[in-house]
Amino acid sequence: MSSPTTQELEEFRKEASAWLKENRPAEPDFMLPLTFMEVGTEEQFDFLRDWQRKCYEAGFIGAGWPKEYGGGGMHQKFQEVATKEMERQRVPIMLNAIGLNWTGPLLLDMGTHEDRAIYLKGILTAEDIWCQGFSEPDHGSDLGNAQTKAVRDGDDYIINGSKIWTTQGNFAKYMILLARTNPDAPSKYKGLSFFLAPMHVDGIETTPIRKLTGEYGFTQTFFTDARIPADCMMGEEGQGWAVAMRTLEYERGARGGQGGGYTISMPDVSKIFDLAKTAMRNGKPAIEDPVIRDQLTQFMIEARSIALSAKRQSLTPLIQEKPHSLPLSSKVAWTEFIRRLNEFAISLQGTKAAYYVGEEDAVEGGIWQRGYLNAFSATIGGGTSQIQRNIIGEHVLGLPKS
Amino acid sequence: MDMVGTIGLTEEQADLLEVATNFCRDKSPIEKVRELLEDDLGYDPDVWKEVAELGWLAIALPEEYGGVGLSLAEVVPVVEQMGRNLMATPFVSTSIAAQAIIAGGTEAQKKTYLPKIAEGMAATVALSEDNGDWDLLNIEASANLEGNGYMLSGTKTFVCDAHSAEIFIVSAALDGGSAKLFIVEKDMLPEGSIRRETVIDETRRSFKLCLDGVGVHEIQMMDVNQADAALAHIHMVQALLLSAEMCGGAFSTIEYTLDYLRTRKQFDKIVGSYQALKHPIVDAHISYEHARSHLYSAAHNFDKQGEQEVAVRMAKSKAGEAFSYAADRSIQFHGGFGFTYECDAQLYRRRSLWCEHMAGDGAYHREKLAALMF
Repeated sequence: MSSPTTQELEEFRKEASAWLKENRPAEPDFMLPLTFMEVGTEEQFDFLRDWQRKCYEAGFIGAGWPKEYGGGGMHQKFQEVATKEMERQRVPIMLNAIGLNWTGPLLLDMGTHEDRAIYLKGILTAEDIWCQGFSEPDHGSDLGNAQTKAVRDGDDYIINGSKIWTTQGNFAKYMILLARTNPDAPSKYKGLSFFLAPMHVDGIETTPIRKLTGEYGFTQTFFTDARIPADCMMGEEGQGWAVAMRTLEYERGARGGQGGGYTISMPDVSKIFDLAKTAMRNGKPAIEDPVIRDQLTQFMIEARSIALSAKRQSLTPLIQEKPHSLPLSSKVAWTEFIRRLNEFAISLQGTKAAYYVGEEDAVEGGIWQRGYLNAFSATIGGGTSQIQRNIIGEHVLGLPKS
Repeated sequence: MDMVGTIGLTEEQADLLEVATNFCRDKSPIEKVRELLEDDLGYDPDVWKEVAELGWLAIALPEEYGGVGLSLAEVVPVVEQMGRNLMATPFVSTSIAAQAIIAGGTEAQKKTYLPKIAEGMAATVALSEDNGDWDLLNIEASANLEGNGYMLSGTKTFVCDAHSAEIFIVSAALDGGSAKLFIVEKDMLPEGSIRRETVIDETRRSFKLCLDGVGVHEIQMMDVNQADAALAHIHMVQALLLSAEMCGGAFSTIEYTLDYLRTRKQFDKIVGSYQALKHPIVDAHISYEHARSHLYSAAHNFDKQGEQEVAVRMAKSKAGEAFSYAADRSIQFHGGFGFTYECDAQLYRRRSLWCEHMAGDGAYHREKLAALMF
């Protein structure tokens, strides 16, 4: 497919922009989740599912996926434009993040025609919610050591074990599941297989996990002799690690082809100026304090570092020496930035830093306090910042494994 | 407030990047950099000649004065690659002086000097003084009307490549008033008016310039109405080109350190496998990548009014931070070897200290940014 012209993209952007303005749902009377990892209540879920379906029907989700599977059949660049516009207008996030942005592109990349025909449309409409079964209670960052077992029995596999940090586990119809099919394989990685597993079968139970914020969003998922059909295995037995690694590349945005829509709403960086103007230090607005001014400026520089580096990825001559550097570095850079930005925003509130969501006098309803605590979901989930540094050190800088 | 900024790359930038990458790597291997540390001239005159022949001095000069008619955006990749290889030539000094003439010279001065610079004449600026202030308006050197010219007095510091420069862009307070600019030719200077300074970056040649007793004809004064604008422009040019040098330097520092971390063994393990070393070098690398994004954003926006200053000041602040952190850690991560003169980490650290503290350090630029942004 030939690349669209700037003019074509701009026209599409205008179309998306106008539609979003027109159709943006009214602010509900409950707090919306900041990210897809914080969908804790039925009302939040219903609201976001409805919104995703509308965006899809309007052609602004899955625009780059093939028509035969329910997509828009357009160049992926159109979807990127629509996604950016959603982010810019700060409309509600897309609910089915794991389906849209990890599983979907994975299926288009490595899946069979049958897999795509079965799953992709339901991902786009948010009819079929997807969750991910990678992490285990005893093996957080050490994914290769997953111990959940899958034992072949006729046309089925019987699953036993437990997965943790299952985002939307209680809502999901399917799970991308990494399980051990051969405990005796020569290496831990070779004993793993990858499944597109149904969740609504006997023997699978989900228990909500209460997060540090007091809210919900994740579950622990227990498998007790749960039977799943053998043909939902993706790839061959023993190839699970490679498929899981490819999935992580989509998860971290290191590969393109996503169904689209932003799924994590970034705090509005410019709002820290408002905070600094209203917060008082020694009887004067904090924004007059030279130290605060320097800190604010450093955050501005860093915000641009991240945005400019994302844009630089398309300037080939400026990335050719280490092509994986920017994609692999972006996760640790922006997640840590968001955490520290929220922390700084709290520090601008004086004694009111100590209020929390629920207190009517809390600054902006306590959004920064909640944002700070929630920011750890991204610095820990999807590979902690420390694991990210190992990955960059090993895969970009050529250092030996730790 | 634009939180995201803009970035782009012209075809000419990409071409120059490729040519300069190869040229600087071939002409300035580290052994040669080391040899030149001891050399009075401090650079290889044949390489300087080649730089001129490549037309790099003409890149950002207008066509009517013998230039190529591109912009400083195209000079950035060249200086970045010079920085990568610690290449010493009067290229940066001359580029800054040329920009000063473009921004503040009279038509006659542009016609006289720019074509010569385009062909390889070295030039420099003499703006700093003993007070160490980055504010180019805070000067004591003076120019007093005398006959059909001016008598200069005072001392300028950090006049780079003064030993090679044919012309000097000098700032002086006119009759005790505000700063004005003069173009002083080498043969207008009495014997002994330049003295070499001992500076932390031994790849550079920096001098004091004594102006006492230097008389210049009135035609040597630059456009009086443009002096403030020219000084502001020079400051931006310096900051941009230093950022380019620093990004280049940070890249090489990290590569040099990685070579060691990939091969050195302690306690039966390659030291780069230890996270205490691996994680900070990754942080240094990400910081460098961010600095480079800012650099090419500053290059892209250099001719855009309203965008330039924010982009350049951010680039300078970020590049200084990135280069200094990488080079500081480079010494430490080389252990005992890092403490020796033989280890190249010192070359990078000395270079980074120079660059970070010329034309405003990070805090200085951030203070200006704050005033621009909120």
